[in-house]
Amino acid sequence: MIAQELYDLLKTTFSDGILEAKLDGVIDPWVSVAPDRILDVARFLRDDERTQFDLLTLLSGVDMTKGTLAAVYHLYSMKRNHKIVLKTFVPETHPHVQSVASIWRTADWQEREAFDMYGMIFDGHPDLRRILMPDDWDGHPLRKDYQVPEFYNGMKVPY
Amino acid sequence: MGLLNQRFENGNVLLTSVDDVLAWGRLSSLWAMQFGLACCAIEMMATGASHYDLDRFGTFFRSSPRQADVMIVAGTVTLKMASRIKTLYDQMAEPRYVLSMGSCANCGGPYWEHGYHVLKGVDRVIPVDVYVPGCPPRPEALMEGLLKLKEKIRKERLILKQTA
Amino acid sequence: MDATLTEVEKGRRPTTIPGLGRALRTEEMVISMGPQHPSTHGVLRLDIVVDGEIVADVIPRIGYLHRCFEKHCEHMANYQQVIPYVDRLDYVAAMSNEFGYVVAMEKMLKIQVPERVEYIRVIMAEFSRIVSHLIAIGTYGLDIGAWTPFLYCMRDREHVLDIFEETCGARLLYNYMWIGGLSHDVKPTFKDKVLEFCKYFRPNIKELNDLLSYNKIFIDRTASVGVLPGDVAVNFGVSGPVLRGSGVQWDIRKNDPYSIYNRFDFDIPFGKGEKGKVGDCWDRYMVRVHEMEQSVNIIEQAAKQLPEGDVQSAIPKRISPNASGPRRVRYTCAPRPRRASWGTTSYPTGEVDR
Ligand code: SF4
Repeated sequence: MIAQELYDLLKTTFSDGILEAKLDGVIDPWVSVAPDRILDVARFLRDDERTQFDLLTLLSGVDMTKGTLAAVYHLYSMKRNHKIVLKTFVPETHPHVQSVASIWRTADWQEREAFDMYGMIFDGHPDLRRILMPDDWDGHPLRKDYQVPEFYNGMKVPY
Repeated sequence: MGLLNQRFENGNVLLTSVDDVLAWGRLSSLWAMQFGLACCAIEMMATGASHYDLDRFGTFFRSSPRQADVMIVAGTVTLKMASRIKTLYDQMAEPRYVLSMGSCANCGGPYWEHGYHVLKGVDRVIPVDVYVPGCPPRPEALMEGLLKLKEKIRKERLILKQTA
Repeated sequence: MDATLTEVEKGRRPTTIPGLGRALRTEEMVISMGPQHPSTHGVLRLDIVVDGEIVADVIPRIGYLHRCFEKHCEHMANYQQVIPYVDRLDYVAAMSNEFGYVVAMEKMLKIQVPERVEYIRVIMAEFSRIVSHLIAIGTYGLDIGAWTPFLYCMRDREHVLDIFEETCGARLLYNYMWIGGLSHDVKPTFKDKVLEFCKYFRPNIKELNDLLSYNKIFIDRTASVGVLPGDVAVNFGVSGPVLRGSGVQWDIRKNDPYSIYNRFDFDIPFGKGEKGKVGDCWDRYMVRVHEMEQSVNIIEQAAKQLPEGDVQSAIPKRISPNASGPRRVRYTCAPRPRRASWGTTSYPTGEVDR
């Protein structure tokens, strides 16, 4: 399926859940989904006969600046050999996205990473803890406004 | 014993100081702690394996800190890892030595500026005896570092009373 | 079971001793393994829940080598400066990392690279695969108690490193593939050396098989152990030899070819459950061995077809990104890109997205 067909399919199935899309002029066409509908969309994309996205290749967090965070899902179907990118945008003040860890287990650790690095909260995640940084670390390092602390546990951090 | 090998008739006496013998004994079998942290560890492995054969210098890797004389810190020390390194160092029996291998362990290496999770030099948590520069240092450089450490041990005096 | 057991104790599994007829209560114990443990080969910590001799659960804890690559890539002045950092992502196969990054960047900047560059890149990437697999196989044997195969693997690895060193001066981290080209052309003797290595290496794979792969002790310890079924592997996003070891015939070089991989004739090895069940440890191991054979095939074909040409003609003069706009961070993490690019390349330990 090409991106346009996928978009039409999603639009007819989840009319209000699909917010916008950019299908031409980009290397990877993407569709933006409402943060509280992503779980339904993900389940549909994995289970539907026409889409069969069985592989979540990458889930990443992005700081879009101006107070917006995004989660980006790169989906791939090994059976049908097509791909699509989903994006959800959430405000920094209320960074709640539905977790898709129950659909693709890949998302488990990658959502933890997005939480660790950007402070996005994935509702329904089985075990949302920091993954890379130490548990007692303050702040989310990949946010654009992040300030590196002077000391951590008595160790000087800057050079 | 290459120098002394089959040089003497039977029952000879060699004169030397006890300190020299102790130093000679310690430097001839420096057991290193097997402790790979990052890329440099791969070069350390290569040094220990068939091509470079670290064993000929009397150095081979032990898994337990309690059996090791020298800790080769090979790679990037992150803040999460730093406290563990301190613990491992404390577990080693004295006299103990630390060889810092690679720019990362020396000073933070390529991550010195933006590495918010990288400790800029392992000498911020444990004392270091020898620094080997490079990213990664070649196996020859690591060997050179160990030889330098041996020179240092050769000059150490354990029994002699320290003045001042 | 005893009715007075507390709630917590009920959760523990009783062990029945045959002949004794009653349940012997055992306690689960949590053992922290790592981050300094000789068999983790790097810094990984596992909290292992054991019930006697049986491992009931494993909780991995990572992040001991989080080196803030994304932050560094954000702060670099141009795309080219990122390459030394991608080298260090997986230092065992640095060439493959560079390959992934430059392919993604060229896609984004719409650069067509010369033929010669493509061929050299493929040769280097496949050499990287061999190097990486040799370490994987060698240390795998090491962990199981076989010291000798490790030495044999490291011996062969040095031959490849010699070729790398002759070409770009570094043994481990190369900064060799640049966006649009290569940092140096190969030496005139390169082709002969490569072909010579192929001839040298093939019998060594057989030697390795005799030494380790078909060793009875090795098979007993790996066959039917740690079975990962194919569908579970896909759901967990597993790729590379581990996925193929689970019997899924999937290789990005064949299924979604990039660079010039469609010009070469090679097979995709996958787990068949030869010694036990499909997807067991032995299958995963053996896929790596077969992949090395296939890599030698590809290298040989590429070296024979290696065309003449300039390797630096397509390197753009200036590739500094525009200063505004959001940044895609992750492996596509070019500094301030206005467009996001994303390339998937095959990689010794799996598939990577950049
Ligand atoms: S010094 Fe260089 S090679 Fe060594 S660990 Fe650091 S980045 Fe890796």
